[in-house]
Amino acid sequence: MTALIENAAGRRVPAEVNGRPATPYQGVAGFRPQGRKAAPPVRSCAEFPADGDKRAPSLVEALRRAGLRDGMTLGSHHHFRDGDRLMVQVFAAAAELGVRGLVWQPSATFSCHEPLLAYVESGVIHHIEGSLNGPLGRYASRGQMPGLGVLRSHGGRYRAIQDGDVRVDIAIIAAPAADAFGNCSGVLGPAACGPLGFALADAQYAEHVIAVTDTLVPFPCVPWHIPGNLVDQVVVADQVGDPARIVSGTTQLTRSPDRLLIAELAARFVRDAGLLRPGCSFQAGAGGTSLAFTAYLAEMMRAGNITARFIRGGSTRILVELLEAGLADYLLDGQAFDLDGVRSLRDHPDRHLATSPFTSYNYHGKGNFASLLDFTVLGATEVDLDFNANVVTHSDGWLLHGIGGWQDALFAGCTILTVPSFRDRVPVIRDRVTTLCGPGELIDVVVTERGIAINPRRPDLIEALRGSRLPVRGLAEIKAEVDAICGGPPQAPRLGAKTVAAVTWVDGTVLDAVWQVAEE
Amino acid sequence: MTSAMAGQRGPETRSDCWVEVRPAGGQPTLHVESRVAALYGDSIRTVVGETLRRLGADDLSIAVEDAGALPYVIMARVEAAVKRLRPELSAEALPEQTIHRSPTPRHRLRRSRLYLPGNTPKFFVNAGLHGPDAVILDLEDSVAPDEKDAARLLVRNALRAVDFYGAEVLVRVNAGPAGLEDVRALAAHGVHAFVLPKVETADEVRAAAQVVDALSPAHLIPILESARGVFNALAIASASERVAALAIGLEDYTADVGAARTPEGRESLWARSQVVNAARAAGIQPLASVYADVDDLDGMRRFAAEARAFGFDGVACLHPRQVGAAHHGFQPTPDEVERARRIVAALDEALALGRGVAAVDGKMVDAPVAERARRVLRLAEAAS
Repeated sequence: MTALIENAAGRRVPAEVNGRPATPYQGVAGFRPQGRKAAPPVRSCAEFPADGDKRAPSLVEALRRAGLRDGMTLGSHHHFRDGDRLMVQVFAAAAELGVRGLVWQPSATFSCHEPLLAYVESGVIHHIEGSLNGPLGRYASRGQMPGLGVLRSHGGRYRAIQDGDVRVDIAIIAAPAADAFGNCSGVLGPAACGPLGFALADAQYAEHVIAVTDTLVPFPCVPWHIPGNLVDQVVVADQVGDPARIVSGTTQLTRSPDRLLIAELAARFVRDAGLLRPGCSFQAGAGGTSLAFTAYLAEMMRAGNITARFIRGGSTRILVELLEAGLADYLLDGQAFDLDGVRSLRDHPDRHLATSPFTSYNYHGKGNFASLLDFTVLGATEVDLDFNANVVTHSDGWLLHGIGGWQDALFAGCTILTVPSFRDRVPVIRDRVTTLCGPGELIDVVVTERGIAINPRRPDLIEALRGSRLPVRGLAEIKAEVDAICGGPPQAPRLGAKTVAAVTWVDGTVLDAVWQVAEE
Repeated sequence: MTSAMAGQRGPETRSDCWVEVRPAGGQPTLHVESRVAALYGDSIRTVVGETLRRLGADDLSIAVEDAGALPYVIMARVEAAVKRLRPELSAEALPEQTIHRSPTPRHRLRRSRLYLPGNTPKFFVNAGLHGPDAVILDLEDSVAPDEKDAARLLVRNALRAVDFYGAEVLVRVNAGPAGLEDVRALAAHGVHAFVLPKVETADEVRAAAQVVDALSPAHLIPILESARGVFNALAIASASERVAALAIGLEDYTADVGAARTPEGRESLWARSQVVNAARAAGIQPLASVYADVDDLDGMRRFAAEARAFGFDGVACLHPRQVGAAHHGFQPTPDEVERARRIVAALDEALALGRGVAAVDGKMVDAPVAERARRVLRLAEAAS
């Protein structure tokens, strides 16, 4: 078992991750990776057909031509979300080729990837380095996955590839539409999903790039979100994605009164703190509470005729309506969550722009968009009295979520977490988070249904809210109320002695370890 | 009976638990499965064991399937299961009374009253956060006939353990003799008012008042849901000092008179008018019924505004989202508020000069006019 060392956040973390030495977390901006970026091998156009037809007859043949062998790393994007039909086909093809010990390096995973656990069991996949959601997380939490899960943010994944922490041997790019040259578009075809930014690092840095599509169009496939000049081979497959599970047809607002209450409080906070002003910028995701927050905010923007300079998606109908009503100058979009988002990206190419983890989140960018935002609204599974937060495990220790862009988005001007103070007797406000994913110095406000807590590190926000009718309270006070409701503070979950995953910070240092859950 | 069960289980269940008790063959066993076992497994076992001891039933074996139920819920479910097995048992396992409610004023603001199904604990704990003037823990229509016993225990425990924050806490009991039993069982546990359904005579109100008298200062709010009840409105409204408001239930009323319900409500015009007039004549509040389409918040706003214009002081809500819309409907316009301020000021000034009347905008202002103006100001204050 690998040695553990204590990092700057007081967390015991592994000194070595999957055979590579790891640097323990040194503070929010304590570590600066040095040296030069990793680079893909030099290629020449002379190696490729002059007529631009890079098609391979099948996935198996494409993987064979790419030189797939034991122990290689395969990268993939998650723009198809729970509708991904491709990666199960890819690992079936790898199994057919008799390859073993692969590392899968997805930008995120979903429940649809549960069948891949069979390939972990059979040894085709050695381990998964990427978000471990739902069934994959449960599998890892039980200590069943060989190797350590490595949890990185979207920006952190880009950085890891640039730093050479991760070498993607073969990138698999699921493309809603592509031409034979390899230009990939995210807004055409039955599996249209919006931008393809999560595939960008793989396309730029992988040793070999395979685009797979079910919608082949004649050259040029435009708008190309991934240029074919980065693509080695093109495969046409029957179905790469299940449209119904890629985007929702229309975005439905939550009916949960408690989520609506939290969202409304968050929107009123933004207004009362003076953050909602002409020319402002913000990001809010598509989770139930975030979406409702955006809906309340949109109402306030309409009522006050306040125009935002730019809003960062994932885009939804609500954001598209703001754009089309002239209440947002620009939408900058890493992904589209509903059909209106996809349509808008296609129909408003001048004002609705596809972004990527490189432009928005990358630690090795020369600046990034996320830190330009005036405010951002995020969720969490837990937050502690020092405003540290967790997004990957629940209070009972189970690993159930990836980091996504969450860590990267913490760098906004005002970072607001919207969380219930407890969920069905599961506490959310803790003395100490089960797993540290976001340092408290970056989290400014916690909005719960029982009150709004402002980080004491932000006296400006506390001052701005003086005289507001909003229920501003201390986190400790809210926690005490919830503990009383739940019948006292919870007992400590019994965790095993084995680490099952490492949580990295955006700079690549190890922020915390995820521990095996000891089942009764 | 070899075993008895109580509570809810299944993948959809939240904040509740399922309990089965049976006579132990030998050493009694305590088996707990819980979604929050890692965090509260020990606590659940302690609460279950303690509840059995206090009921004098710790000779029973018990199995619990828990989906995040709070301790007062677990206690109520255990007690329900035990009493289904042993109906003769009189001991109670009361959760500690953590909430101490002072009596509410008879003419308290009651713009919104939020119904909470009495056997569904997941809605209880956050209900007060949505800011209703009152919550109604319902033992009547929202509880299945064979769950009445369990709901009564659950509501009793909730009254003692759940903070409804600023809301007035109402319990709608069952109609008839069962309702009197409900009142008897709950009056001492912190109820602000009992809502009495399907009342048709003043005697029914007096019977309930008599039960309450010995136990608590709770108010009574009769609901009139039949032609006979509406005809007796004034007698019912005046039956007891405890009656604080008179409500109308239109679903049953329209069925009773053989009318079809329409959105405009022409079929209930007389009944609604009768309730408003009877309540006012008795010096209490008339309360309108529910707006059933919980997704149509604009509709709720209109419904509440029309109720206010008709003379009602409040409406009932079926979903927390309706609360804000209801309050919006009861919000006076800025013009009304401005005029009310001038009326109150003019009359105060006149009274200071020893006169009982004043004039505002050329119209006479006396005490009843000023009282209505004060009501407008109270609504405006509550809305801000």
